[in-house]
Amino acid sequence: MTRVFVSRDMASVALGADDLAQAFARAGCEVVRTGGRGLFAIEPLVEVETSEGRIAYGPVGPRDAAAVLDGTHANRVGVTAEHPFFARQQRFTFARCGVIDPLSLADYAEHGGWKGLEAAFRLSPQEVVDAVKASGLRGRGGAGFPTGIKWQTVRDAEADEKFIVCNADEGDSGTFADRMLMEGDPYCLIEGMAIAGHAVGAGHGYIYIRSEYPFAVRTMRDAVARSAGRIAPFTLEVRVGAGAYVCGEETALLDSIEGKRGQVRAKPPLPAIEGLFGKPTVINNVLSLAAVPFILSEGAEAYAEVGFGRSRGTMPVQIAGNVRNGGLCEIGFGVTLGELVNEIGGGTASGRPVRAVQVGGPLGAYFPPAMFHLPFDYEAFAAAGGLIGHAGITVFDDTVDMARMARFAMEFCAVESCGKCTPCRIGSTRGVELIDRIVAGAPRGAGMLEIMPQMRNARTAARTQDEEIALLRDLCDTMKFGSLCALGGFTPYPVLSALDHFPEDFGGASALPEAAE
Amino acid sequence: MPEAVTKAMPELAEIQTVIDRFARNGMRGALLPLLHALQEEFGFVDPQAVPLIAEALNLSRAEVHGVVSFYPDFREQAPARHVVKLCRAESCQSRGSAAIEAELVRRLGIGMGDARPDGQVALEPIYCLGLCAIGPNALVDERPVAGIDRAAVERIVAEVTA
Ligand SMILES: Cc1cc2nc3c(=O)[nH]c(=O)nc-3n(C[C@H](O)[C@H](O)[C@H](O)COP(=O)(O)O)c2cc1C
Ligand code: FES
Repeated sequence: MTRVFVSRDMASVALGADDLAQAFARAGCEVVRTGGRGLFAIEPLVEVETSEGRIAYGPVGPRDAAAVLDGTHANRVGVTAEHPFFARQQRFTFARCGVIDPLSLADYAEHGGWKGLEAAFRLSPQEVVDAVKASGLRGRGGAGFPTGIKWQTVRDAEADEKFIVCNADEGDSGTFADRMLMEGDPYCLIEGMAIAGHAVGAGHGYIYIRSEYPFAVRTMRDAVARSAGRIAPFTLEVRVGAGAYVCGEETALLDSIEGKRGQVRAKPPLPAIEGLFGKPTVINNVLSLAAVPFILSEGAEAYAEVGFGRSRGTMPVQIAGNVRNGGLCEIGFGVTLGELVNEIGGGTASGRPVRAVQVGGPLGAYFPPAMFHLPFDYEAFAAAGGLIGHAGITVFDDTVDMARMARFAMEFCAVESCGKCTPCRIGSTRGVELIDRIVAGAPRGAGMLEIMPQMRNARTAARTQDEEIALLRDLCDTMKFGSLCALGGFTPYPVLSALDHFPEDFGGASALPEAAE
Repeated sequence: MPEAVTKAMPELAEIQTVIDRFARNGMRGALLPLLHALQEEFGFVDPQAVPLIAEALNLSRAEVHGVVSFYPDFREQAPARHVVKLCRAESCQSRGSAAIEAELVRRLGIGMGDARPDGQVALEPIYCLGLCAIGPNALVDERPVAGIDRAAVERIVAEVTA
């Protein structure tokens, strides 16, 4: 019987993979459902097992089964890994994703699974922490904090109980790597968490998944149940969010697991000292934890060898938005933004020129093509007034209105603010109003209060457009430095970058193009 | 009587059965899982459940109400028979979701965030489904739908108003 492989990833299913799988089953094939390969332009994708390996066809529909099976279909991709989109990638974390049946323990073990955990058990907990430090792994959730140092703090903390928490809230637009990993290789995350438990002396872990990811929730729950024996005495539990973006912030997430409103806690104390239920807690992003099995099984040097500056290893970059070859590209740090957008991503899907890209989700900066020489690296992006965050890149073509995107950033912050601090809760709403006035070219005139006869010194002249823009910058400054967490604190990034690089959209003169290299 | 309305009156005893399941197993931080379970069972979190939950989990009613009202997922009223959750986040915007939203609003005759008065369909915002390279995207009654164009709007409208 011919074996074929069809993804069960949520994106593949949204594009019609279920119908495709059924068609091949009806045609008499054995259909294996895998995770997603990560290139949506060739989905729905089917891979046929042959003596030369798996040969892919895509995009194909249910009616194409016969032509695929006799090898005559025009959309023959060939060996998936040799497709230009995949050829340059270095899949350390995503090596198995799209290849194996995500829930098959046999597949996992056959493809190098559990080797990291076995290696960790041969080492002392401190040696495991040292290996993670030596790998140079930094948190993939956004802040880029060295994972080994976080683990050391938890390991050194004295407590009767410690926890490992996986942050799978992935709320940033333009990101889907956590989702793909959980749906495509859930045991990899479980293995990483078990290694973390061994390293810091924690017995129980939680995986907090956003409710917008029903497929990931189902797969993770199933995988946790099936692998319980393999990771014992370490235990795991899946918890599901409830639509609040701010619950991706680590302390809000902890409160949410505790059954409270997802409100940000003031730091210190750090979660590593006083985290979940007041106990020392490792809280890491999915990709940080899923990178650990490779580091333990292949060695810290193998991971650290790849990379750029202080950004070591690989980053599963997500190329999204208006882009031809959108998808998941795991690649060493140092690749430039332009290579990612134009060479690997293939430019816009609409065929129009790229005007802006937003890197790092709703709290990330907008960059014009003049800055495409930037290498993908935590420090380089910070120096350029942005962040790589969770490494999502959203591409916009020249029809985008950047003032509208700046307004959206403020609006999103207002919708999602947890309400605990004023700059974020109120500042964002004032920001929306201010941008509306700037765009309408209707600066604020004197209000009721200013025109009262007793207000002798109040200014009654309307503000100028420049004053309104100065006020917007001032508001951003207050939000940046006065907010409790990065929701209010980083919302100024998209706003100010839009204002700086695309002033013409705010009714100003256009920015001088930077000298292209 | 439409189906959603009959389902809209869970008996207190039924609510209590679900609550007891959580109170008994001693789960730590049980409130969110319990609210999810209630919503899965009855379609919404009946305000009548709040004092019962508070009692069972040893919380104040204010604490429980505070949590129910904080999270966008929890509803205090029965949902419409069909729910279309359209993604409003940046990547979908870059692929034209604003026009799709306007079209859905027009064709369904309801605003974003509203339900039709007869309880047939609601249009809700959602911020990213993690399908960001193939948008505009939506969940139609929890089924993911990608690459929504005008023709797809027609199909969705036909499905949810039938
Ligand atoms: C508003 C906000 C949302 C966040 N959302 C996420 C998220 O969805 N996933 C994530 O891993 N980190 C998110 N973070 C970052 C976390 O607070 C934290 O830095 C991270 O979980 C630490 O894990 P890491 O060291 O492995 O990156 C968010 C931060 C803020 C301020
Ligand atoms: S932005 Fe719409 S799915 Fe991510």
